[in-house]
Amino acid sequence: MSAVSPATKPVSPPTKPVTLERRSLLGAIRPSRAILNIVLVASAVFWLVPTIGLAIISLRPESLFQQSGWWTALTAPAQLTLSNYQTLFSQGLVTGGVLDSLITSLEITVPATLLVTIISSLTAYSLVFGRWPGRSVVFLVIVGLLVVPIQVALIPVVQEYRAFGSLTGFNPFGTIPGVVIFHVAFGLPFGIFLMYNFYSGIPKEMLEAGRIDGAGEWQLFRRVALPLGLPAAASLMIFQFIWVWNDLLVALIFLGSNPHYTLTIFLFNQTRTLAANYWIISTGAMISIFIPLIVFFSFQRYFVRGVLAGAVK
Amino acid sequence: MAEIGTEATPRARRRAAAVNEGGNPGGGWRDHLGSLAFLAPGAIFLLAITVYPLVATARNSFYDATATNYVGLGNYQEIFSTSSILVTFRNNVIWVLVFPFLVTFIGLVYGVLSERIRWSTAFKTIIFMPIVFSATASALVWRTIFDLDPHIGIVNAAIQTASDWVSPPGLYPVDTSSGQTVAGLAATGVSSAPKDSLESSSTVTAGNSIELGLIGVSPATLQLTGSQTAVVPTQSPGAVTGLVWRDFSPTNPTAKGQVLPDELGFAGLKLTLLRSDGSSAGTAVTDAHGDFLFGGVGSGDYKVQIDPGNFSSGFTGVFWLGAQSLTPTSSLNQTAQALLSVPLVDISMILAYLWIWAGFAMVVIGAGLASLDREVLEAARLDGAGEWQTFRRMTMPMLAPVLIVVIVTMLINVLKIFDIILNMAPGSSQGEANTLALAMYNFGFTGLGNWGLASALAVILFILVIPAIVLNLRRIRG
Repeated sequence: MSAVSPATKPVSPPTKPVTLERRSLLGAIRPSRAILNIVLVASAVFWLVPTIGLAIISLRPESLFQQSGWWTALTAPAQLTLSNYQTLFSQGLVTGGVLDSLITSLEITVPATLLVTIISSLTAYSLVFGRWPGRSVVFLVIVGLLVVPIQVALIPVVQEYRAFGSLTGFNPFGTIPGVVIFHVAFGLPFGIFLMYNFYSGIPKEMLEAGRIDGAGEWQLFRRVALPLGLPAAASLMIFQFIWVWNDLLVALIFLGSNPHYTLTIFLFNQTRTLAANYWIISTGAMISIFIPLIVFFSFQRYFVRGVLAGAVK
Repeated sequence: MAEIGTEATPRARRRAAAVNEGGNPGGGWRDHLGSLAFLAPGAIFLLAITVYPLVATARNSFYDATATNYVGLGNYQEIFSTSSILVTFRNNVIWVLVFPFLVTFIGLVYGVLSERIRWSTAFKTIIFMPIVFSATASALVWRTIFDLDPHIGIVNAAIQTASDWVSPPGLYPVDTSSGQTVAGLAATGVSSAPKDSLESSSTVTAGNSIELGLIGVSPATLQLTGSQTAVVPTQSPGAVTGLVWRDFSPTNPTAKGQVLPDELGFAGLKLTLLRSDGSSAGTAVTDAHGDFLFGGVGSGDYKVQIDPGNFSSGFTGVFWLGAQSLTPTSSLNQTAQALLSVPLVDISMILAYLWIWAGFAMVVIGAGLASLDREVLEAARLDGAGEWQTFRRMTMPMLAPVLIVVIVTMLINVLKIFDIILNMAPGSSQGEANTLALAMYNFGFTGLGNWGLASALAVILFILVIPAIVLNLRRIRG
């Protein structure tokens, strides 16, 4: 059963979609279809309640928040209005506002995602197709790094940034590059791991043929590995995008007192103010989950593959 | 969603390739410059931001708050002797013991059951969706769900609806949580009686009337119940009559014990006429002026009881995010309390986290189920094994490695749990809900900052994940 070990599993197109097989051979009790459906409908409703509740809270005026539960809007849809969104967006790009945070989140997430994907592909290529000694040891170290908690690096990296600052005049602490660098480093073990497994499934002969024809490593990477590795790279990108987008801790520390912060910090700050404004919190939370939701529904298949491959992180 | 478990052909291929290469190819480093250039960016990032910091943190953990003076094991000693830090270990243990198994169980149930419905893709999508939300946003959602106020939190609202249905609140609820008591309402001719009821201080006989004065009820409440000006009761033969009124005159606040023209009666109060042995001789309800009448009363001494139901406040909400312990530890000393109590907020947060991660468990287990050898299962079926038997004796053992992957993944995940605590536990229970990762952040980056202590906490966190690292390495080399 070592087949389930992620290391042995290349990210490949599903050969047998789960849903094809209607009749389950998996055993378990056979409850009547009605009971089964009722239980699962109840579960689905239960799972939807928090999201629907958040959406409705964001669509009701703050004045109603303390008066009656959001669920009353289900029977009185006249309560719903887009005014919270209008108010937040009409503030425009004010520093520390929701739009400003949205942009800061993108400024961190996009480069962190692209860099992890590119660097992971390069490293994995070298590990799989290179022939230098010690490759397997390096790969094992990377596997070991997969589950290392980011907490072990926070303080020394802050120290490193300071040292770098006094050396070169640019201190990455408190800047977007400072956050991106940290995210890239901690996204790499998983990225390399995923790309490594995928590249391992590419027949070496394909590259050997190119080598014999005199193609350079860079050409082989661009012409062979990169195109063939696209499905895995897509999974990695989506996974990494959502990972970085949802991060609070790294941004909280490495943005320092930067007046431009991410959406997660925006939400965190809102809960810390004494008079928490639920219209801002709920509307901000909706905006913050909007982009991952789009990514999720557009690239569900790739995301699921990334998650399955990452069942170790 | 069928991914895990396609048989390990790439591995076999890799092995074969390794054999073909036959160890180190000759030629020295110069031949590998191209490959090593590809390795360089990743290596630089990993060495500078992951590997070196790991060593530096270990070093810092033996130094003081500013990472300048060597203090030996001082930080570790402080961690294990401070009960507010020991709390973090307890919480990590609670999370680790409860969460991975619960989420795997739910994932297994959903994974198995969703295979049997027509709308399984929709179901899986719904359960899986919360995984793309940030823990911050999810925590805020769940904070509202568990809100103390039944007008905000849907959990308390649901309980309130059910509770009001079973025992509706009285017209004059007494808010015991803010220190009010039923006994405190008694003013004139009334004294407190058992079970939060009130009773006339003196006895009364048929044909006579009695006046019962209460205080401590707001005019707003009286207005709500339609109470009007108190009217002195008239006596009636063969009946006990009387008045319950608010013995407080806004124009003459010091006058007590007499019914004044600007004082209000209590409308709608439920009363019971008690015989001297305490048994009921009849019931009555006061009218808008606070007057009541018990008819057909025989001889003997009676007391009038104001029923406890009038003052019942009903269900006012459970503080799900509070620090109250689910285990009885109040008699223990501080350290034992820190180690043994289970705060309610932990359970609420575990539920919220289940909402986020059950989809992950379901999808990974579902993929594992899909990759099982159906022929073997079919053979068992043909040999006469029942569905349940097939599941227990065939499916479960074959699925075990997948279940272990899910459990270990979730275990590592909750060891590092941070965002959900920071955002979901309110300030009042944040200390009781604290975890290692959160304490590391708090010591390292809030307030004055104690880098030595924070580093020691990070080292402990790292030591706790070492078994997972070993497990991963063994799986890879397997």
